[in-house]
Amino acid sequence: MDDLLGEFLTETGESLSTLDVELVKLEQNPEPKILSNIFRLVHTIKGTCGFLGLPRLETVAHAAENVLGKVRDGELTVQPALVTLILASIDRIKMILGHIEQNEVEPEGNDKDLIAQLNAAADGKAQGAPPAPEPPPMPIFESVAESAKVSQPAPEPEPEPVFEPVAAAPEPAPAPKPEPDPVPVAVPAAVPSQGLATTHQPPAAVAAPAASSNEGQKESGVAQTIRVNVELLENLMTLVSELVLTRNQLLQMVRGKDDSEFATPLQRLSHITTDLQEGVMKTRMQPIGNAWAKLPRIVRDLSIEMNKKIDLQMIGAETELDRQVLELIKDPLTHMVRNSADHGLEATEERRRIGKPEIGKVVLNAYHEGGHIIIEISDDGRGLNIARIRQKIISNNLATESELEQMSDQQAAQFIFRAGFSTAEKVTSVSGRGVGMDVVRTNIEKIGGTIELKTQEGKGTSFIIKIPLTLAIVSALIVECTGERFAIPQISVLELVRTTANSEHGIEVINNAPVLRLRDRLLPLVALRTLLRLGGDETEKRNETFIVVTQVGTYTFGIIVDRVFDTEEIVVKPVAPILRHINMFSGNTILGDGSVIMILDPNGIAGSTGEIVGSSATAQDATAARDTHAEDRQSMLVFRAGGTDLKAVPLALVARLEEIDVSEIEHSHGKPVVQYRGKLMPLVSIDGSFNMQAEGRQPVLVFSDRDRSMGLVVDEIVDIVEERLKVELAVEQAGLIGTAVVSGKATDIIDAGFYLTQAWGDWFGSPEEPLGGEIEGKRVLLVDDSPFFRNLLTPLLSVAGYEVISVDSADKALSLREAGDSFDCIISDIEMPGMNGFDFAEAVRSEGRWTQTPMVALSSHATEKDFERGRQVGFNDYVAKFDRDALLQTLAQTLAVKGAA
Amino acid sequence: MNQIVPSTKRGSQDLASTEDHEEFVTMFIEGQMFGIPVLMVQDVLGPQKITRIPLSPPEVAGSLNLRGRIVTAIDVRLRLRLPQRKDGQGDGMNVVVDMRGELYSLRVDSVGEVLSLPKAKFERNPPTLDLLWREFSNGIYRLQDKLLVILDVPRLLDFTKSEVI
Repeated sequence: MDDLLGEFLTETGESLSTLDVELVKLEQNPEPKILSNIFRLVHTIKGTCGFLGLPRLETVAHAAENVLGKVRDGELTVQPALVTLILASIDRIKMILGHIEQNEVEPEGNDKDLIAQLNAAADGKAQGAPPAPEPPPMPIFESVAESAKVSQPAPEPEPEPVFEPVAAAPEPAPAPKPEPDPVPVAVPAAVPSQGLATTHQPPAAVAAPAASSNEGQKESGVAQTIRVNVELLENLMTLVSELVLTRNQLLQMVRGKDDSEFATPLQRLSHITTDLQEGVMKTRMQPIGNAWAKLPRIVRDLSIEMNKKIDLQMIGAETELDRQVLELIKDPLTHMVRNSADHGLEATEERRRIGKPEIGKVVLNAYHEGGHIIIEISDDGRGLNIARIRQKIISNNLATESELEQMSDQQAAQFIFRAGFSTAEKVTSVSGRGVGMDVVRTNIEKIGGTIELKTQEGKGTSFIIKIPLTLAIVSALIVECTGERFAIPQISVLELVRTTANSEHGIEVINNAPVLRLRDRLLPLVALRTLLRLGGDETEKRNETFIVVTQVGTYTFGIIVDRVFDTEEIVVKPVAPILRHINMFSGNTILGDGSVIMILDPNGIAGSTGEIVGSSATAQDATAARDTHAEDRQSMLVFRAGGTDLKAVPLALVARLEEIDVSEIEHSHGKPVVQYRGKLMPLVSIDGSFNMQAEGRQPVLVFSDRDRSMGLVVDEIVDIVEERLKVELAVEQAGLIGTAVVSGKATDIIDAGFYLTQAWGDWFGSPEEPLGGEIEGKRVLLVDDSPFFRNLLTPLLSVAGYEVISVDSADKALSLREAGDSFDCIISDIEMPGMNGFDFAEAVRSEGRWTQTPMVALSSHATEKDFERGRQVGFNDYVAKFDRDALLQTLAQTLAVKGAA
Repeated sequence: MNQIVPSTKRGSQDLASTEDHEEFVTMFIEGQMFGIPVLMVQDVLGPQKITRIPLSPPEVAGSLNLRGRIVTAIDVRLRLRLPQRKDGQGDGMNVVVDMRGELYSLRVDSVGEVLSLPKAKFERNPPTLDLLWREFSNGIYRLQDKLLVILDVPRLLDFTKSEVI
């Protein structure tokens, strides 16, 4: 049966019972108050019938309401005959309801007789007329009902016929359906004891004759559900939670005592408790479809308003979750679906143009996953406009330009959850979705949930909401630090990492800020001991520590603890008011062993990590900055040579990977060479020694430049990975730029320039002659924030004959200008923290002694637009990073032009 | 959501009194006798296992489990700026009071008997009394051999002002 209809039946059944009682009261004591109550009830029934498309019911109710209205207005007086008439119409309503309950359609036939009487009464004509007889003779009705069943295959009232949910329409759970409004419960009890008990016998009895033909089919819907005050359920839930805790306590006491006589009864108690807990939880469970009921309508309206074709698919509507949780996510969900349909999906026209199916899809998918419910809201629309979001981030001062530049698109996208982002979005109504997303996130986090966002330009956006099934009992990880135990809600815990004093990946420290290398990134750590000022010797080296990798939103961090116990089901209790200001705790609870334990609040901890202790705040920032220090992703060739350590070199520098037959290697001046493509190619090894394979094939990385090549002998080529390159440790060793984490492993980054010069001393120099003229001694200023590029380019330019001064920021460069330095050419990176390359160029061109100095821009974003912008702000030329040839050539040309001028 | 409301709603501020007598639970800290109205007291517990609460005010000793309810323990000694106990914190007594549905435990050295005292013997705080103590004391009872300080429990548990003093 339709959900709505079922609810209507239940509600109307209750109203009718009340009406019976009230009418009789009215007859005995015609008070205006009772009358208006009756009037209201009948009016409600009428209204609902109209809404549900039940015309027969509506006409009867309408006629009855008319009469009652007259009575209320004083045009008619209350007389037994009149009351009987009204009662008769109520009986009729009950009969029709009974039929609807059985067959989901109104019985055929009409109520002209009754309505005529009612109308007559309303006109005051029938005041004295004999009361209406009982409803039409049963046999007639019966047969009609039967035929109706056959001929009409249940034209179910369909409030929103346009959008048929894909998933089976949420069937009403036949189980008890707790309703939030506790109003009617008390009413039957208020019946005066005047032998009226019969009047409020359940309408089922009235409906019985009609149902006689198919008795076994269904119990009356009225009898199936009981309305229970929500508070009662809440209390029940609390009690059960306590029971669970006590059970856990008992279990822990008996555990380890195998022969305990309590073991068996306790096991039974345990089972029953679990069943009870589940049962009580179920009373609070509602299918998530309830929260979705409004969505098809909203989407339909939107689709008409926006002139888009939208297909709303709802999967898993029957997935159940706690009523309380349901209430709390209803609005966020509605909001997000509206957003998806409104902003996410392109207009039909646009979709057609870019070759997508005309009908945009919005998919809602709900399912259970390990104590949580996952709700995905995805669309196949345009995706978030990351560029616009980035602009917004800057204009709203949510991050500096350099920070932003280092963020990946996904990271930047997360900003739509920031407060303050939304309002700006709203005002300008750009395509992004920020409207109120911060509210959405807050609401979801309030119930211990998380929300994630994935977006792909042109492909769509999906939000993944993860919320606990119930708020009453949560699963928590119990940890220990300096002898104190704490609980961390399991939902925030991603994984546990154990580190020992001599393990490969220990905790490392950058200026007091602990970090951990976790796979391919640096994980910022907070020590619980420091955070909670637990005292104890902070520098004490422990043999073993644990790191609870915790996620809050998209921020992942590790909490250092001494020990980890298992997980326990806990009931979150709020902390005492005098402790509410401590935002590290979300509550406290009593463990199975009876001890009180504080529950850590990952949100609070995340919020405080920026300022753990004064001095390390900067280090934290530095770490973060370094962590995200995004030289853009580049392909790295990972290999082994001269030892087992991993080494890597930017793939862009490598011309080819070759395998050379060892027998082909010859020697010239004692150095190995090989004939390669008709020329001699010197072979260089990484450490100067030549432990080549005796036979077989030797892998070689070929670096090529114009007509010359050089082969770097390696032991093994491991992989090619695309990685954000961040040199973590700079070293002074020749041939190495530094060490970086490449796919989770410490890897030495090779200074290709060093080896190039080993093979050909004049590698960079000689070919420039025709272009460059007098290169020797030209001073070049290199401005680049990335140590990698400074380290790569400086030797490269040096060997080409330039005198290179490198600085890591535009500010430093400008201070060189102030100091009176002068250069023949300035090479500047574009993406830099603080002042970027464009601004730098403008600053250089605007004043000072460098206004005429040629400038070459260096960037990985080598699009036409960038070129244009570069020229506008004063760059003489624009070179893509890694394009060594182009750089050298450009430099030479630029200098030549300058010389000629 | 998780309070099991005690069957008898008690602990209102008005004191239990026969015509002219009031009843107080007496307790001792550092030899000084203190009293609180008997109807405020929910329980008197012996030494308890107390869980420390990091970052809490120093006067908050921690929390303990009283039949499934979490009670916040207040070290009255520290609250009154009396010297810390030398022989460890473990063996104090806990007087559990109900404050607007929340349970707090007042940690004291020992608990004495319940006294029914004539109102006539009640006096206001002497003006020479320490400012802090005047804040937490409602007044003084003159007993035969000693003086009984009546604690103002709501003020004692009001930590919003504690920083000012």
